[in-house]
Parts: sequence; C-alpha cells; structure tokens
Amino acid sequence: MARIVYQEMKQPRAFFYGLVSLHAAVIAVGLAAAYYMEHNGHVVTGMNNQIVWGLPHVFAVFLIVAASGALNVASISSVFQKLDYKPFARLSGLLAVSLLIGGLAVLVLDLGRPDRLIVAMTTYNFKSIFAWNIYLYTGFVVIVAAYLWTMMDRSAAAYNKPVAFLAFLWRLILTTGTGSIFGFLVAREAYAAAIMAPLFIAASFAYGLAFTILALITMCRSMESMLMTDEVVYKFRSLMILFILAVLYFTAVQHLANMYWAKHQGVERFLLLEGGVYTAVFWIGQILIGSIAPMAVLAYGPMATTRWGITLASLLVLVGGIAHMYTIIIAGQAYPLNLFPGMEVSSSFGDGQVTHYMPSIPEFLLGVSGISIAMLLAAVAILFLRFLPKPETVVPNA
Amino acid sequence: MIGRAVRNGLAAAAFAAVTAVAVWPALAGDVPLPSPAKGKGEACVADTAFMRRNHMSMLVHQRDATMHEGIRTQQYSLKECISCHAVEGADAKPVSIESPDHFCRSCHDYAAVTIDCFDCHTSTPGGADKAAEADGAGADAVAQLSDYAKGLDR
Amino acid sequence: MTIDPKIAPAVAGEEGVGRRDFLRAVAGFAGVTLAPGVMLYSYGAAARPLDEAVSGKVRWGMLVDVSRCQSDCDACVSACFKENGLSAVERPTTDAQWIRKVDIRDPQTGVTRSLPVMCQHCAEPPCVDVCPTGASFKRADGIVLVDKHICIGCRYCMMACPYKARSFVHETHTDQVEAAPRGKGTVEGCTMCVTRVDAGNVPACVEACATTGNGAIIFGDLNDPASEIAQRIRTYATSQIRSDLGVDPGVHYQNL
Repeated sequence: MARIVYQEMKQPRAFFYGLVSLHAAVIAVGLAAAYYMEHNGHVVTGMNNQIVWGLPHVFAVFLIVAASGALNVASISSVFQKLDYKPFARLSGLLAVSLLIGGLAVLVLDLGRPDRLIVAMTTYNFKSIFAWNIYLYTGFVVIVAAYLWTMMDRSAAAYNKPVAFLAFLWRLILTTGTGSIFGFLVAREAYAAAIMAPLFIAASFAYGLAFTILALITMCRSMESMLMTDEVVYKFRSLMILFILAVLYFTAVQHLANMYWAKHQGVERFLLLEGGVYTAVFWIGQILIGSIAPMAVLAYGPMATTRWGITLASLLVLVGGIAHMYTIIIAGQAYPLNLFPGMEVSSSFGDGQVTHYMPSIPEFLLGVSGISIAMLLAAVAILFLRFLPKPETVVPNA
Repeated sequence: MIGRAVRNGLAAAAFAAVTAVAVWPALAGDVPLPSPAKGKGEACVADTAFMRRNHMSMLVHQRDATMHEGIRTQQYSLKECISCHAVEGADAKPVSIESPDHFCRSCHDYAAVTIDCFDCHTSTPGGADKAAEADGAGADAVAQLSDYAKGLDR
Repeated sequence: MTIDPKIAPAVAGEEGVGRRDFLRAVAGFAGVTLAPGVMLYSYGAAARPLDEAVSGKVRWGMLVDVSRCQSDCDACVSACFKENGLSAVERPTTDAQWIRKVDIRDPQTGVTRSLPVMCQHCAEPPCVDVCPTGASFKRADGIVLVDKHICIGCRYCMMACPYKARSFVHETHTDQVEAAPRGKGTVEGCTMCVTRVDAGNVPACVEACATTGNGAIIFGDLNDPASEIAQRIRTYATSQIRSDLGVDPGVHYQNL
C-alpha cells in the first residue's frame, strides 16, 4: 500500500469561496437572530411554557449527535484497522470537532441567560446528565484534538493507538449521554426509556457518515480532483445502508415497547396516527425521506453505487435526521403530560391539550447557523492544515 | 490569489476595530466622578472604603445564605441596601434603576460594570406595587401575627 | 408580605424579650376581628430566628381537600399572582402560572373535580436531579426553589417536572415585588411563599383559600406529628399526584 500523503486545500475554486461566504452570511444572520431573541426574550420565538425546547434544540442535538458519528471513519481506520478509510481519518476527526462546536453554539445561544455560560462551566450538579454532558463535550473536543495531533505529527504517532481507542470509547459515552438527556426524563412518556441511548448512537453513525461523505464530495468539487475511489464510495454505501437499518431497528423497538404498555398507548397513537403535523414529520420526514428513500437510492436504480447516489442518500439522511430530532424533541413535548391517568383534564395551562408549536424565523435561523458554524470551522481548517488526502495516493494497493 | 486577499482584508479590519476601541475613551475626554447620594441613617453597615471594595462579596454571601438556608437577617440584605440608599426623584418617590441617579447605577455607570441584580430584583424600596400599599400594611401584619400566635398555642 | 419590623420588632428574634408573650398579647386583641376560617391555620412549631438556617427536621407541605374546592373559585390563583407580582401580559402560552386550577372528569362515571396544582415540592424532585448548575434545589425544609442567580435558562427542569409546575420568564419585567424577584431568561415556579413561611406566615394561596375561598388548603409541617396536616394525613385517605413516580410530593390531596 502506498504511503498516504496529505495536503491543504490547494487552489480552491470559486465554488469553495462561494460556500465559505454563504456559511459566513448564515452565521451572521444566525447571530443576529440570537441577539434578537436574547434582547426580547423567548417571547419572540415559538417556544412557550409547554414546548420549552424548540427548533434550536432540534438543530443543536442533531449536530451534537452527528459530531460523535463523524468520528466513525477515523475510528474504523485506527481502532478497527481498516486502512481503506485511513485517508479520510483526519477529515473525519475535524468534522467531529467542528460539528460539536456548531451544535453547542446553538445550544448556548438559546439559553435564557447565555451570558452566564461561565456559571455553567464552574457550578455543577453531578447528578445531572446535563452537567455530565458538559464534561463529555469538552472532553471530546480535547481528545479528538489530541487524536488529530497523533495523526498529523510524526513525533506523536506513537500515541495514536491509545488515543484513538480513547476517542472511540468517549464518543460512545458521549452519545449515550446525549440520548440519556431524554431517556432520563421520568414523566415524559414519549422518551423516558433507556433505548434512547442506543437509538442516538445508531443515529449518530448515520448522520456523521452523511456529513463526512458530503464534506468529501464538496472538497472534490472545490479542488477539482477525485478524493474518493469507486471502491471507497462502494464501502460508504454499504455502511450507510447498515446505519440506516440500525436506526430503523431501534426506532421500531422503541415504538413497539411503548405500544405494548397500555399506559403509553395514548402517546403512541398520537405520534404514529393522530398527531397531525407531528405524525407527518415522523412518517414522511424520518421514515420515508430519511430512511426508505436513501436506502432505495443506494440499493436500486442507476445511481446505486455512484457518487451522485451516495450524495443524494447523504442529503436525504440529514433531512431525515432533522425530522427524527423534531419528532423526538417537539412531538414528545407536544403530547400533554399525564397528571391524572384515566381522567379528562383541562386548565388554563394547557393540561390535557396537545400543544401547537409554530417556530419563528429567528429560532430557525439560529438553528441553521449551527450547521454553518460547523462547516465554516472545517473549511478554514482545511484551507490551512493538511486534512485532505492527495488524490494519487488514495488508491490502496497501488 | 483570493485567499491571500481575504486574509489581508480580515487582518486590516481587525486592526481597525481594535484601534478604534482603544482610542475612543481618550477622545471622549474625562468622565466626571460619580457622586452617589448619601444613604439614610447614621452609617452604613461598614465604612465607606470597605463597602466600595467589598459590597459585592457581602451581597453574594448574603444571597447564598438567604436563598439556600433561609437566613434572613436584615443587616446585609439587598432589601436594606435598597431601602437605605433610595434616591428620590422629582416626584418625591424613589427612582428605579432606569434613572442614572439610582444609587447603584451612579457608580456602576462610571465604572462600566454591568450588574444584573435588577433584572430580577426590584430596584426601589418595597417593590413596584408596594409603595401605595404601605399605609395599609399595619392591619395586615397584626392579623398575620395573630394567626401565627394561634399556631403557637396549639 | 412579610411582617413589618416596625410593628413587631420582637419577631426579629434578637431582642431576647418574650416573643410568645408578645404575640399572644397581639392575638388577644386582634383575634376577635378575624374570620373563623383563619383560625384554622396550624403552624406547628415556633418560627425560626432570622439568623438560623432552615432545618431538615421540618418538612413543609400542603393538604388540599378536593371535596371543598370549587371549579368556579380561583382565590388561590389570584392571591398567588398578586403576592408574587405575576402580572399577566395576556399571552397565555408564555405567561407564568405558578399555580393553576385543573378541572378533571372521570370519563367512565362523569364525576368531576376541581383542584389547584402547583409545584408539589417533591422529596425526590426530578427538576433538582436534572439541573446542570444546581440552581434548582431543595431547601432543608423541603421547599423546592430556583436559585435564579445561577439559573442559565436551559429549561431542562421544565422538561423533567412531571407536574408542569415551572414557567420560563419569556420577556422583561420591571414590576417585580420585593419578595419575589423574577427576571427574563430564568425559570421559576411556586416558592411556597418562602419569605412568608420564613417570617412565620402561611403561603398566600392557603390564606386566600381560607379567607375568600372554601377553606380547602391547609399548610404545615409534615414531620410534626402534632400538626394538623400530619394528623389529617394520618386520619384520612389522602393521595399525591402521580405517586407512582415515587417522587413523594409534599402536596397531598384528600378526596381526589
């Protein structure tokens, strides 16, 4: 096998700068939206005392889940010794860090008091999974940064194996923590279950790989060179199908278990049948667009093993991922808390009522800007450091 | 090359911004020293020099003791600060933090130290709606005391 | 509202004069003017001196007799709004509601009930477990509070609360009352009128229910076997909302 040589982004086309400018613009608008929300209070958003986490959280959790999954390719190459993936390991680590920062930025900017971030960083309640996550997130950035260093600096290469293993372990714990933010909520029928952790891990595999593939395709276009061989495209395709199936499996088990319990049949009927827009987001967004369509693209038809096919499938997986998070976060809150099981209830505070959530434009802009923050960070790093493989060296066994 | 141009442009913009921030106060001239109004009563809970340096620590200490342990001694409470240092406006009522004459604001504006106490706490004695009710409080308090004493008898 | 120190300097607890004697004297001349319902308040123990920390020996709680609570009465709710300066800005989805009246109907029998629901001041509060900074906390005497000084406004407690007892402050307020600081970007909820309780009074909702309502709520120390609330809970079948969750609310309901 040929030695892999890496390079910075060399002579990027206008396409690259176009993308960078677009992301910069989206970030500027997103920050303005955050300021607007902060200045006026959350009254200018669609969030309220029933839907307390809205679109910013959908995007933030989506990005954080994707971040840990983006490390997949690196982990497969270092921990599981699959050298075909080695050329993309650096990019994979970079995306993991940048996606996490993008997600965290949105999460922080949506706080009621983002000015008190220092409080969140210095005052902890260690029984809170949220507090644990603060450590998991910062630890992830540090560990993956060290991992990148062992990959990029020959003098640190000796530490590559243990650091790679630590990063892999850490990312599994991190996604377990993210899933448990929901899994540990005792009274929310839609997601008080341990399965949220493995479900989120499966989802992270799919979203992370989709981001990695799209970043690679974008870099190919930016540099006008082939970074991926046909063989790699084929491998990515198989992985993607596997990951989508894993998410479907855990989703099915989650809903089946809930349907079996008489006391949770109400929430299942809401989510799967009678929830109006929420039901539509689940079946059309998560299942049809996010799972069945990409699998169909990758398994059948003329594009199945092509770059176009894997690109389209990745885009569909990401759209489906947003729908998945929307179903979990928003629909889970829209269904009323059951204070008096078996009773019909009403009050001035929405008891017994399904809450309607209409996201406002600022919160959407803030959410989307998280993706742009991640992409801009990655783009700047790629421009100055050697994250991308040199095309002629990617071919294995050449 | 486009990249080089972008980088140089960014550097120039950053330099301009930093320079503007650094030079601005000098151009604006000297800001007059604040002259916060004198509080009521003989003396504050500690001498002025000590209060100037340490009032924030005292407030934080009392805040935690009150919030978490229910210790409600009055001497160092924010409520007493507000009450004693109330500054009357043109309408003979205590001014709120909206007014630059407010005791806390007069110094904090000068020192450019932002405080968020009054995002939540009322900045006038008794709270926004209590001033008008103050006269009627006596009868209420007697009734409360009576209830309380009845409890003791049980 | 708290006891005016000008009227009752002895309550400050530092003077060393006979506090009980003084208070009995006050009760002697004021008691005759009070409505009979007000006499029901059972406070249980002597009030704490101002400089003494709250004790875990006490656990404050409430008992709501649902059979006395009427659907058309909201005395507790309006008293809470007034006491804590929760001025409604007519935005029903974002306005704070620390206490609300819930009407329930059994679909099988058609029986209806009406009852107030507020923070249940759980012994094992989920909101406290999930709070990343420890802003959501339980005082030694069982009152669950938000320390707004360290609340970052993440709203995870609102996700965790089984009772929807918390509200998020969605906009700037400038009309706060002295006893209830509240501001944009932090979470809040029923404080069991903690300043009143610390001063030896009962929460505003309990007082209003006794005076202008139907006398359905009593307040007291669940840990004191001699208190009226403990005696009633011993004597009658009472329940807690969602007792299946095992969070042991401090608010009990009778005839629910």
